Amino acid sequence: MEYSILILILPLLGFLTLGLAGTRLKGKTAGYVGTALLALAALTAYCTAAQYFNLPRIDGIRPSLRPFNWEWMRFTEHLHIDLGILLDPISVMMLVVITTVSLMVHIYSLGYMEGERGFQRYYAFLGLFTFSMSGLVVATNIFQMYIFWELVGVSSYLLIGFYYTKPEAVAASKKAFIVTRFADLFFLIGILLVSYFTRTFDFGLLCSGDSALFASAMGKTFMGAAVLSWATALIFIGAAGKSAMFPLHIWLPDAMEGPTPVSALIHAATMVVAGVFLVARLFPVYYFFTPEVLHGIAYIAAFTALYAAIVACVQTDIKRVLAFSTISQIGFMLVALGVSGMNGHEGTGYMAAMFHLFTHAMFKALLFLGAGAIIHTVHSNEMSRMGGLRKAMPLTHITFLAACLALAGIPPFSGFFSKDEILSAVFAFSPWMGAGMTFIAALTAFYMFRLYYNIFWGKPAEHEHPLHEAPASMTSPLLFLALISLVAGFLPFGKFVSSNGLEYIIHLDVRIAVGSVVIAIAAIFAARSLYRNGTSAVPDKMAGFFGVFHKAAKNRFYIDEIYQFITHKIIFRCISRPLAWFDRHIIDGFLNGLACITGKGSLAFRWMQTGNLQSYALLMIGGCLLLLFWVLFL
Amino acid sequence: MDFSNFLILRDELSLVFLILCLLMFDLFASASGRRLFQPVACVLLLLQILFTAFFSGDSAEAFGGMYTTSPLATMVKIFMSIGTLLVFLFSKTWIENDHEIAKGEYYYLTLSTLLGMYFMISSGHFLLFFIGIELAAIPLACLVAFDKHKPASAEAGAKFILNAAFASGISLFGISLLYGGCGTLYFTDMAAVLNPANLLQTAGMIFFATGLFFKMSLVPYHSWTADVYQGAPANVGAYLSVVSKMAAAVSLFLIFVKVFGAMAQNWKPIFYALIVLSITIANLFAIKQKDIKRFLAYSSISQAGYVVLGVITATAQGLTGLIYYLFVYMLANLAAFGIAAIVERQSGDARISGYNGLYKTNPKLSVLMMFALFSLAGIPPFAGFFSKFFIFAAAIQEGWYILVLIALLNTVISLYYYLLIVRAMFITPNDNPLPAFKSDTASRIAMTVCFIGIVLAGLASCIYNRIGMISDSSFNAPVAAIHVEEIQVNTALPADTVSDAFSGASQLHEVQN
Repeated sequence: MEYSILILILPLLGFLTLGLAGTRLKGKTAGYVGTALLALAALTAYCTAAQYFNLPRIDGIRPSLRPFNWEWMRFTEHLHIDLGILLDPISVMMLVVITTVSLMVHIYSLGYMEGERGFQRYYAFLGLFTFSMSGLVVATNIFQMYIFWELVGVSSYLLIGFYYTKPEAVAASKKAFIVTRFADLFFLIGILLVSYFTRTFDFGLLCSGDSALFASAMGKTFMGAAVLSWATALIFIGAAGKSAMFPLHIWLPDAMEGPTPVSALIHAATMVVAGVFLVARLFPVYYFFTPEVLHGIAYIAAFTALYAAIVACVQTDIKRVLAFSTISQIGFMLVALGVSGMNGHEGTGYMAAMFHLFTHAMFKALLFLGAGAIIHTVHSNEMSRMGGLRKAMPLTHITFLAACLALAGIPPFSGFFSKDEILSAVFAFSPWMGAGMTFIAALTAFYMFRLYYNIFWGKPAEHEHPLHEAPASMTSPLLFLALISLVAGFLPFGKFVSSNGLEYIIHLDVRIAVGSVVIAIAAIFAARSLYRNGTSAVPDKMAGFFGVFHKAAKNRFYIDEIYQFITHKIIFRCISRPLAWFDRHIIDGFLNGLACITGKGSLAFRWMQTGNLQSYALLMIGGCLLLLFWVLFL
Repeated sequence: MDFSNFLILRDELSLVFLILCLLMFDLFASASGRRLFQPVACVLLLLQILFTAFFSGDSAEAFGGMYTTSPLATMVKIFMSIGTLLVFLFSKTWIENDHEIAKGEYYYLTLSTLLGMYFMISSGHFLLFFIGIELAAIPLACLVAFDKHKPASAEAGAKFILNAAFASGISLFGISLLYGGCGTLYFTDMAAVLNPANLLQTAGMIFFATGLFFKMSLVPYHSWTADVYQGAPANVGAYLSVVSKMAAAVSLFLIFVKVFGAMAQNWKPIFYALIVLSITIANLFAIKQKDIKRFLAYSSISQAGYVVLGVITATAQGLTGLIYYLFVYMLANLAAFGIAAIVERQSGDARISGYNGLYKTNPKLSVLMMFALFSLAGIPPFAGFFSKFFIFAAAIQEGWYILVLIALLNTVISLYYYLLIVRAMFITPNDNPLPAFKSDTASRIAMTVCFIGIVLAGLASCIYNRIGMISDSSFNAPVAAIHVEEIQVNTALPADTVSDAFSGASQLHEVQN
């Protein structure tokens, strides 16, 4: 399956050609070139997936292939950085997700970004992102993953700040980059710790569950916790940064300043789940060696899911609602991973997390693209500027509804199946947590239908331009994704991906399924009664009833302000300023002194260079004799 | 008579054949044919490189150990030929416009010096080595004085030949002392009889090294460098700074590690001092330069200091680092010198201020120059960063912490003066910068090669790994002394007498202490 390298090469090629050709491409040419290359890449990914999942199992386990492995830098016998392609169930699944969503976004952007300044730059960046993200998921070792991890961060930065003349976009791109980079610092330390003890970066070795590999780290502690726990926890901080887990989630809502298709691709479907993917990739390490960290992940994720769901209920900007919804859903995935076991029925959580990742990527991308179509028509992100759009935009309406139902977990939409698996895994772990997650699922249904009714029902706002349905290039991806959201739930996902590689048969737990559906439907009806006409006074009363709590939720519980306080008032004032003083006076002073000495020194040696031949000869023989004298007599 | 021995010399023979071909071509070609001299020379040299690359063999020796070859030697020869080829490509406009009549000489004189360097790398005997070093020096003096109508070039030629002769004299004196002290001049045999406590041998070694230090222009053997580089045609300067240094540096490693290995305790302190002096003093001088060629001269002195770091480690890793460093340095320095030559031709002025605002009019040239200077300064991700990294890593492995620290501090200083040029090109405003121009095709090919090399030679780890593999195998190859029995009988007496005289003196010295 050597051809799978094309999945990486084609988008990279797109980036290079579009980036170098620059503005010489007229009209939509750049878009067509980028889309065609990505269509080929997607086709290659589908071929790879088809061939891979048809390979015979070895002892009932799906094989892990390395069609390509190139030793890039060899430092010592054990320590070397390779670049390669690792094909196993989760990486193949991710390749399919990435290329599909990316292709849809490419097609969609042909309409959405038409006539924008920097059209070819946009497509070049999309190519770079797709390349980096594919490279991340097929990484054979943790260092390769780290390289692509950073590349993904850069592409995200470039795309969030795509409208670089808009100050909010620039600020948001910087925030996203700095917050994720800050988290990546811990990731890097974690990587170095793990590789220091195991003497390898390789996923194949790390995930073999071989305790001999970690023998040198056993029994070592740092500040009361095992060193290995520190390492895996640090790695998780990197994952939490990318996946916007509390309290590192602050960049994601702001990242919505980027073009909406970018939010669909990067900040809903692919990059933000990189953290989930990382934990899944290192799952055996977490499970066998640091189960306490794995449980910690579950609690953090559950809290994040709750927090984000509450905040999503009161936001008025549709993209922000979707952003908080994404944070909450990623929380679901990580909860499932955190409570998962390894074998048999215990491994439900792992499978469910991957399943939810897959279905969520599709319907969340659909939601964002639908939101993009609406924003494209209405020219605003605010819900108050919308309402009654179902007549003007029938296709968008139907597909958006399908995605809302999927996210709310209503059968037969895909979200129902994956969410049900997550809930049953969580119930098996702890009934209390299961109940909590069911409540969050109900909140999900509520805020999604609050959004839905506010946009498509209720009383229409005044518009300067006549409202119109989006062009075909935008609606066709919507229809395609809606179709997938409808049928993906019936995939026998456990046959493809499972925690230990063995086949796993999904069976619905009827009690949990019925319970969660009933609660979700109740939440939907609540939303319907509150927001359908847009005239109900109950929402305002409820806001008044919750008072402070409502205001806090609307302001995202002031987490951003806390960050502002910590960075500006504490770090800048108490740490940065003294450091700046030290830098300016001591370090610069030292360097200035060095420069001064250097300048003086260069005058001091001028006598050497007289231009006179005899003096050169004298210098040579004098130097020679001096060296001789030194060696012989000193 | 068995001629198969001669085949071992195939690298040199192919080069001799190439020189003869060019001589014949120069003699018999018509006037219109001679116009094609540059392409012909380049293609033939390319063929010679390919021949050397594809018909490289295992280690072997000929003429009773006088001549030795190994995959390592072949690799270094290929690198030197590539460097020469690039210099030829850069020389087209200069040689054809200024030297219509003498253009043939330029090529075969250069190739003759290259032949001398081939012998330096492959010699197994001090006399062959000496002949090689002389062959590499004397035609070079002609080349330095090639623009003979320019007083500066003629002066540089005179300075070069006189200094070279002086250095050779000292070197030859050293060889005679070595012969006196060891009774042999074969590398392998001498390695077997060297003794660090023997003063005669030590003195011989230090005097002998002068020739190599001179070629590498290490401080204090450097004073000719700036004058010669400034006066010489820029392309000859490029050749001097790159190919000639490469030959000297590799021989320095091979001779000091393989032959004088037993004397390491004597020569390592010397090298330590030379590295510190070369890097520091050359940096101090480079800062103040106004002329681009003088500037590059000092930069190359300081680079030579970093190269010696590889020698002082005396390990296989150091050898790998050294060769890789030289290869990367070659690409960057040739690009810098090539651009200096092109700009000088266009503006008729070699001052750094002539580069002000170059980016506005010649962006591609400026970007390549910037990349070359960044590579020389060792900024990632350019190849120069990796070469510095590997050579520092090799030195750290051997515990030279302070030395590496000094070298690191000096890279900061070097960054400053390399950036001065970048600043001139990109930032300093200039009302009438050099107008946009297009250089000839040959130069553009050479610049493209350098560009690709500077960008990729570091990231493509296969290059470093390949060099590492070859130098590892060559470094670990067993060395057998072959002529030991005869010499011990032959010359035991004079060696003892002389060294007694020396050790007597030192005993006296100890008594006085």
